[in-house]
Amino acid sequence: MKLTLKYFASLRETLGAGGALEWTPEAEPTAAALRAWLRTQSPAHAQALAPGRAVRVAVDQALADESATLRDGAEVAFFPPVTGG
Amino acid sequence: MATSRVRIQEADFDIGAELAALQGGRTDVGAVASFVGCVRGHTREDDISALTLEHYPGMTERAIEAMIVEAEARFGVQAALVIHRTGRLLPGERIVLVAVAAPHRRAAFQGCEFLMDYLKTHAPFWKKESTPQGERWVDARVADDEALRRWGLASDNAPGEASPSKP
Repeated sequence: MKLTLKYFASLRETLGAGGALEWTPEAEPTAAALRAWLRTQSPAHAQALAPGRAVRVAVDQALADESATLRDGAEVAFFPPVTGG
Repeated sequence: MATSRVRIQEADFDIGAELAALQGGRTDVGAVASFVGCVRGHTREDDISALTLEHYPGMTERAIEAMIVEAEARFGVQAALVIHRTGRLLPGERIVLVAVAAPHRRAAFQGCEFLMDYLKTHAPFWKKESTPQGERWVDARVADDEALRRWGLASDNAPGEASPSKP
């Protein structure tokens, strides 16, 4: 499936801003499954997206649970907890 | 009105002009409440020489717009404005303006506080502090989640605490 991947803040600094992504999920294409697959892409990904790290996810520009199912063409963003205001 | 009620910008804003525009000469507005957040020059540990703000263009505007719609439904807010700055800001500079117009003061105060609590935990902004030890990303605070939960909304932004709202 085709996705647009985005990273922000500390994740953007270590992994880049993201971009177009072609992903072939082995099971249900959830945000959690995508995060797990991204961890296999490089040691930096493995560390930045490690299961214990506080990483939030947005699907199509709305905060989502990691259990959210991704549709083809979705925009998926990973970022640390927000600190605005 | 031509200008948007959610504005993400690098430039500063004129509080007086914005509050006047929010009321806009209406005669059914009885109260305008506002909050202005500023850059502090020090934390408990360090002096801060600058703050750099990043956001998620598109999602930021959508998220805040949804928060305003919720404030209108909950409190009878008549008009609201959120301006949030990004980029590099120095101590003393303004970061954010939240302003709310309502028929009575209670709705205006509550709508303003609600929007600010919501924004702190759900709008995709990130702050980076410049200190004598170097730059570091600001940590999210559990207290900000607790503030939003007082309004009856789930909030699990900050790490380090099990969520009472999810299994």
